[in-house]
Amino acid sequence: MPPFRTSPLGIARAKPALEGSPVMPEPMGFFTDTTVCIGCKACEVACKEWNQLPATNGGVNVLSGDSYDNTRQLDGTHWRHVRFVEQFTPERTDGRWLLMSDVCKHCVNAGCMEVCPTGAIIRTEFDTVVIQSDTCNGCRDCIGACPFGVIGINPVSNTAQKCTLCYDRLQNGLEPACSKACPTDSINFGPIADLKALAAKRVGTLHERGEKRAYLYGADDKMLGGLNSFYLLVDRPEVYGLPPDPKMPSRNLVKGSVFATVGAFLVGLLGLFSFRNRGGD
Amino acid sequence: MVPSSTFFTASPHWHWLIITYFFIGGLAGGCYVLAVLLDLFGRLVDRPLARLGYYVAFPAVAVGGLLLTLDLGRPERFWHMLIQSHTFRPMLKPYSPMSLGSWALLTFGGFALLSFLAALAEAGRIRWTWALRLRPPEPLGILVGIVGGLLGVFVAAYTGVLLAVTNRPIWSDTPLLGLNFLISAASTSAALLILLARRRYRSPSLAALERFDMMVLALEPIAIIALIVSLGSVARVWLGMWGLLLLLVVVFGILIPLVLQWRSAGVDPRPTVTAALLVLIGGFVFRALIVLSSDAAHWRA
Repeated sequence: MPPFRTSPLGIARAKPALEGSPVMPEPMGFFTDTTVCIGCKACEVACKEWNQLPATNGGVNVLSGDSYDNTRQLDGTHWRHVRFVEQFTPERTDGRWLLMSDVCKHCVNAGCMEVCPTGAIIRTEFDTVVIQSDTCNGCRDCIGACPFGVIGINPVSNTAQKCTLCYDRLQNGLEPACSKACPTDSINFGPIADLKALAAKRVGTLHERGEKRAYLYGADDKMLGGLNSFYLLVDRPEVYGLPPDPKMPSRNLVKGSVFATVGAFLVGLLGLFSFRNRGGD
Repeated sequence: MVPSSTFFTASPHWHWLIITYFFIGGLAGGCYVLAVLLDLFGRLVDRPLARLGYYVAFPAVAVGGLLLTLDLGRPERFWHMLIQSHTFRPMLKPYSPMSLGSWALLTFGGFALLSFLAALAEAGRIRWTWALRLRPPEPLGILVGIVGGLLGVFVAAYTGVLLAVTNRPIWSDTPLLGLNFLISAASTSAALLILLARRRYRSPSLAALERFDMMVLALEPIAIIALIVSLGSVARVWLGMWGLLLLLVVVFGILIPLVLQWRSAGVDPRPTVTAALLVLIGGFVFRALIVLSSDAAHWRA
């Protein structure tokens, strides 16, 4: 049974779940430290290569025109996206780049999985969230339900697709392609418990060095039960295109149903009165 | 400030097929429920009008199912909504409106078919006498009507709840879409029946239906105002073109038809026809506005 290849930080050491294995698989995920991302997009390329994701627009290059970020978003054929946040003063005398390699958050409480009407979206033994392409029928409910806008239709399969956290690699004891390719260890892969310890330490280090803005996004269970892909950020979430307060789709289920039921009673009563009490007819 | 965390999500690209389904599904459920109410609480003279409701409901729900299937990325897998493709067990998630809605559409379609056959038999268009028992006042017919009617209410309203149970701007920023869709389904269904019935059944039944439509139309602006209030700062998305469209819906799709119906009050049929047409167009545009304006909301840092 091959162990996970150990990264230089020594955190990717979980055993994969294989048949007959006495080792229970642990929740696995990513910790993305945005402060060391250099925007090289090696993760995007590695992801596309491993997962055989097609080029956009038949390979004809389309530039965004206002940024080095030409990928622009996560969708069905972009499961990794390095977001370029360019913060410059109008006269461009001062500024900074915020770079963040974004990916599916593999939420512990996953909105996509909650609404999926076909059961195509499953939780794996690694506590990750995977869309089974042979089951998905492309209804797109998950696309609107994802609090992070991660999912899109892959035009090859015409089904909803997103990062699988390289489920196929995990099952064979390999770490995901993106974290494997990341040259600065901005993307860290490993058991969630280890990643959380690493992330807390990193925040402490940054605070000591004077970067007081550093904080973790999605590391604790307050956000959707915890994000199995969480981030170290140095600005407000919305600056990185992340929702400040993501919620489950089902928050509106009971309220919405109750109001609709009250409306149904009201309209039903109107009908009853209109059709029954007809003095002059 | 960020108006809502829904502004960071991606569009499911539900467009005209889905908007049309929302409209037709509302008509199917609404016309069926009106027919059942006429059967249960109306008089003998109302039966032709009720029959018309059943004639509309079944074809409408069938077309609705077809539109939903066509909108899928993989239409040939439509049955995955009902049967688990790996185990062939039933697929049902009570907390997913789309899952529940798929079953509701299927079962409602079945009941709508039974009532459709009963209506055809009563009109003498088919010779299946057993089908006559599928309509009130027959005991079996009462059962069909009540169960089918409840399913019809569900089909007319769940689409709004389905939109709310996502994470999209506007849709998920209010719990009142189900209510609004339901009320709109009631007014458009009454309008459609008025339009279809006006030549053949110039009867007290039609007057009752017009009275019902007026009351529902009076309710509709209140529900829309409640919707806007519940959206809070998210309603700013509607400042501009969408708001203008909503205003047009309220004026031409609700208020003017209300005044026209009020003034004709069953005497002169012509304004009623105009009113019914306006209500139908308004109901369609209202759904299009709700579905499409969500895509207009973005967050830019």
